[in-house]
Amino acid sequence: MQWDYFFDQVLSHRDALLQGTAVTIGVSLSAIVAGTLLGIAIGVAVTYGIKPLRWPARAYIDIIRGTPVLVLVLATFYISSAVGLDLGAFQAGVLALTLFCASHVGEILRGALQALPRGQIEAGRAIGLTFGGIFRHILFPQALRYALPTWITAAVEMVKASTLLSVIGVAELLLTTQQIISNNFLNMQFYLLAGLIYFLIDFAIEQVGRYVGRRLDRPARRTT
Amino acid sequence: MSYHFNFAPILAQWPLLLSGIGLGLLLALVSIAIGSLLGLVVAFATRAPSRWLAGLAFAWISTLRNLPILVIVLFLFFGMPQLGLSLDKINSFILALSLYTSAYMAEVFRAGLLSVPPGLIEAGQAIGLTRSRIQRDIVLPIMFRNALPAFGNNFVSLFKDTSLAATIAVPELTYYARKINSETFRVIEVWLVASLLYIVCCYAITLILRALEKRLVLEAN
Repeated sequence: MQWDYFFDQVLSHRDALLQGTAVTIGVSLSAIVAGTLLGIAIGVAVTYGIKPLRWPARAYIDIIRGTPVLVLVLATFYISSAVGLDLGAFQAGVLALTLFCASHVGEILRGALQALPRGQIEAGRAIGLTFGGIFRHILFPQALRYALPTWITAAVEMVKASTLLSVIGVAELLLTTQQIISNNFLNMQFYLLAGLIYFLIDFAIEQVGRYVGRRLDRPARRTT
Repeated sequence: MSYHFNFAPILAQWPLLLSGIGLGLLLALVSIAIGSLLGLVVAFATRAPSRWLAGLAFAWISTLRNLPILVIVLFLFFGMPQLGLSLDKINSFILALSLYTSAYMAEVFRAGLLSVPPGLIEAGQAIGLTRSRIQRDIVLPIMFRNALPAFGNNFVSLFKDTSLAATIAVPELTYYARKINSETFRVIEVWLVASLLYIVCCYAITLILRALEKRLVLEAN
C-alpha cells in the first residue's frame, strides 16, 4: 500500500525528478569539462614548468586535495558573496567542483606524464620539434592512454560530489529528492530512487570508460 | 572589496574546532576499522569458488562505489527508521562511512591478493602447510604490505568524507565552521582556518603512513 502511494508520488513528481537529474548532469559535465581544461594546464605546469610556475601549481594541487569537497563548496559559496562577487549558489557550486576536478586532473596528468620515458622528449628535440609540438604529438597522446581509466574514475567522483551542492541550495537531484520527501515523508523510498539514478549515471560512465580503455589498449598491445 | 581580516573571533572558538577535528578523526578511525574488516571479507569473497558468492561480492563493490556517500548517509539516517532501524546520528554516520569504505577497501585488498606471487603459495603447499596456514602466514602478510599505500590514500579520503557528518548535525569540524560562520560572519577567516586544519591533518596522516610503509619494507629486507 505504501508502495502504491510511492509509485503514485513518483509519477506526480516525475518532472521535478527529471529536472533534478538534468541539473545534476549539467553541473557535473560543466565541472568536468572546465576542470579538465584547467587541470591539464596545472598538470603540465607541475611536470614541465619553470620553478615560479611549478610551485604554485604543486601548492594548488596539495591544498585543494587536502580539503574536503564539502568545505570547498561551502567556502566558495560564502566567501564569494563576502568579497562582493555576486555568484549565485549554482555558479559558486560549479566553480567549487571545477577547482576540485582540476586538482585531480592535474595530479592524474602529472602521474601519466612522469611515467613516460625521458628519452622521448630528447628524441622530439633531436628532430627539431618545439615543446608545444613535443607535447601535442608525443607526450599528450601517450599520457592520455595512461590517464584515461583514472580520469573516468574522477568523472564518477564529480557526479557523486555534485550531491554536495544540495547543501548550498542548488536544486540538483538530491535537493529535489529532499523537497519531494518533505511533502510525502517517503524517506526510504525516495532516497533509494535517488541512489538508483546516481548509480545508473555512474555505472554508465564506468562502462563507457571500460570500453574506451579497451579500445585504446588494443593497438598498443599489438605492436609491443 | 576592502576586507579586514580578524581571526580573533575564530581563535576564541579554538576548543570547539579542535573537538570537531578530534571527532572527525575518531569517526574516520572507527569507520576504517569496520570498513577494512568488511572489505577483507568481500575481497576474499570475490575469489570464492562459488560464482554466486563472487558475483554478490562484485555487486557489493560496484554498487557502493557508484553511490554518492551523501545519499548513503541520508538514506541510513532518514530512511532506515522506516524499516525499524533507528540509529543515532553518530552510529548511523559510522555505518554509512563503513559500508562506503568497505567497497574501496575490498578493491585494495583484491589488488593485494592478486599481487601475491603464485609461486609462494605453491612453495607453501610443497612444504606441506595446510590451506588455512598458507592464507594466514603467506597470503595475508604479503597482501597487507602490498595494500598499505592504497590503504593510506583511502584513509585520507575517508577522513575528508567525515565532513559530510555536518549534514546530519554531527558536531565535527565542518559543522562548527558553519556555525561560527553564521554567528560571527568572519567568513573568509573561518573557512581558511577550517581548510588549513583539514590539510594539516591529511598531511600528518600521510606522513605517519609513509613512515609505517618504510618500516614494513625495511623489516621485509
